[in-house]
Amino acid sequence: MLDRFTNAMKHRLAWPVITLVLLLAVNAAFNADFLHIEWRGGHLYGSLIDILNRAAPLMLVSLGMTLVIATRGIDISVGAVVAIAAALAAWMIGGALVVVDGVATHVTRFPMPLALIAAVAVAALCGLWNGMLVARVGMQPIIATLILMVAGRGIAQLITNGQIITIYYGPYFFLGSGYLLGLPFSLFIVAAVFIALYLAITRSALGLFIQSVGINPEASRVAGIQARAIIVGVYAFCGACAGVAGLLISSNVKSADGNNAGQLIELDAILAVTLGGTLLTGGRFSLVGSMIGALIIQTLTYAIYSLGVPPEINLVVKAVVVFAVMLMQSAEFRDSIRALVHKPARGEVRA
Amino acid sequence: MSAIVDAEHGGSSAGPPQAGPHPLGGSTNVFVGRGAVTFRVNPKYVPLVATISLFLLMATLGSVFYTGFFAPQVFLNLFIDNAFLIITAVGMTFVILAGGIDLSVGSVIALTTMVSASLVQRHGWSPFAVIPLVLLMGTSFGAFMGFLIERFRLQPFIVTLAGMFMARGLCYLISIDSIDITNPVYSVISQARIPVWSSAEETASISVGALIAIAVLLAAIFIAHCTAFGRAVYAVGGSEHSAMLMGLPVRRTVIGVYTLSGFCSALAGVVFTFYMLSGYGLHAVGLELDAIAAVVIGGTLLTGGVGYVFGTLFGVLMLGIIQTLISFDGTLSSWWTRIVVGALLFVFCLLQRVFAARRGKPS
Repeated sequence: MLDRFTNAMKHRLAWPVITLVLLLAVNAAFNADFLHIEWRGGHLYGSLIDILNRAAPLMLVSLGMTLVIATRGIDISVGAVVAIAAALAAWMIGGALVVVDGVATHVTRFPMPLALIAAVAVAALCGLWNGMLVARVGMQPIIATLILMVAGRGIAQLITNGQIITIYYGPYFFLGSGYLLGLPFSLFIVAAVFIALYLAITRSALGLFIQSVGINPEASRVAGIQARAIIVGVYAFCGACAGVAGLLISSNVKSADGNNAGQLIELDAILAVTLGGTLLTGGRFSLVGSMIGALIIQTLTYAIYSLGVPPEINLVVKAVVVFAVMLMQSAEFRDSIRALVHKPARGEVRA
Repeated sequence: MSAIVDAEHGGSSAGPPQAGPHPLGGSTNVFVGRGAVTFRVNPKYVPLVATISLFLLMATLGSVFYTGFFAPQVFLNLFIDNAFLIITAVGMTFVILAGGIDLSVGSVIALTTMVSASLVQRHGWSPFAVIPLVLLMGTSFGAFMGFLIERFRLQPFIVTLAGMFMARGLCYLISIDSIDITNPVYSVISQARIPVWSSAEETASISVGALIAIAVLLAAIFIAHCTAFGRAVYAVGGSEHSAMLMGLPVRRTVIGVYTLSGFCSALAGVVFTFYMLSGYGLHAVGLELDAIAAVVIGGTLLTGGVGYVFGTLFGVLMLGIIQTLISFDGTLSSWWTRIVVGALLFVFCLLQRVFAARRGKPS
């Protein structure tokens, strides 16, 4: 029994899961209704559902970010890409009030499917651009994506003409706040992307390739893996994920704000990936871990709100969490803690 | 190899481009006006020369197209409006030269304004006690991050990111709203203008903040090129391992650059407080990007080890002049600033890659 327990604790997802369960427990302890889910208005209703729905964009971005980080990269432009996709979709859908046969209806500037495809395609192009800069030009990932991070919000504002575009077209709202089979529709999107990615990674050699590129790009190139193509691919995928997240966000708030849509989501996504046990140094990665990481962040936010703590403290808590996780991941830190604990027993000098 | 060469480079002055072939071989011909006079520019100065030329070109274009652009005050306003950015970017230059990055600078500025405003306005402290205190606070904040990065081998990006969250969060803990500063000392310093140019028809003046920025810049040039610390920064950025083998104090240097950057951010925060006369948690959002952009445009290699503090000044002035041009034009919207800065960043990064490839320096 104890043996199985220690084995389970060694599992890489043990810590993320424990953190999430602890957070849920804290929430449940302070808010009796927290775990309560009921059927209301034709769909499931409750705090947990709310957390899932709000975490959906972050989960999507974290999925893309996981792959990028696995290849030793980082993408800090996802927030800007979210803004671009949201702005483009909002502009293309627009929604003008037109009276047809005495009935006021909202019509779109372009058909909605076209708008959705265009937004995601542009987001993927943004990712492709990042990938080209990293893989072809050979820039450091953080700098390559910094360019788009700086310019991206400008481009988003260019699309929205500096305004916050309000969307009036009803069907678009379904994406971010509609329900299917009683569950938020956004969850189905996340699930679809996750399952597709999970299959691609476990059923083909893709996951192995991504890992090997992250562990040693040069060796994997020599081994015949097309490291460059894979790097370009993961950045493009990350861009597309950010694009879909942008659609969800803009649909949920029924507007697109070039300046503030997806603000700081890049940091949350990196945090989610780190919390999920993927090392920032590349190599081994865990998609499930990142999903849990995103849920941890959203639950943490929820807990902070529901505990009545000023929401502003959120940033400080996140900072403390990041510091803690970083230190746990650092071999040097673990060594020095171990040395502190076992000082008399060891008696040898640390190198 | 590269560390040694770079360390030597660190010893030379950041003056005007010198003639003569580069020791590593390969020099670039740059035509500079006046017919066919050819200066051979040392390749390590090319990004710097490119930045300064581009700056002069934009200034010339602005003067030709917009009336009132060619005035001493317009030029001095670049310093007045970007004083805090110059100070921050100078600190950032050292961090990047040493091969790191500091994302916390903007939020440290915000925290500085917030603490200053709160202590002065709400607790009635004297500004002369508050200013040293906030400087000390920023410096120790930087030192703490440097310690984490060095001692536990953590990635600078993540540590300073957490620092950014932390500092912004602390701002909001003090107050969610903006706190206006009405203290006479702050208002007097804020409005003080020191005349530097006067003729019959116009006088041009400069603010205290801009003077501080220029002083910081001069001090930083001295530190970078005339002190052991400066040389160690270049060496660590060139190759940490080689620097270690050379017996340089790598640990002290790494912690030192983050401490310096923390100090610069806090000082920039003080100058920002003079400039805005308020403390607010949303001050200087995204300033870290501007600072990094200025450093890159100023010709500092992001891989560390190569670059000049003097170039950073022109990086900042470039960002400033883009904004000035856009505001003089009047028809262009403000978001074009971001797009142009992004494009410039791209061009300069590309330029850096080309030079890195030519020098055969792996990155």
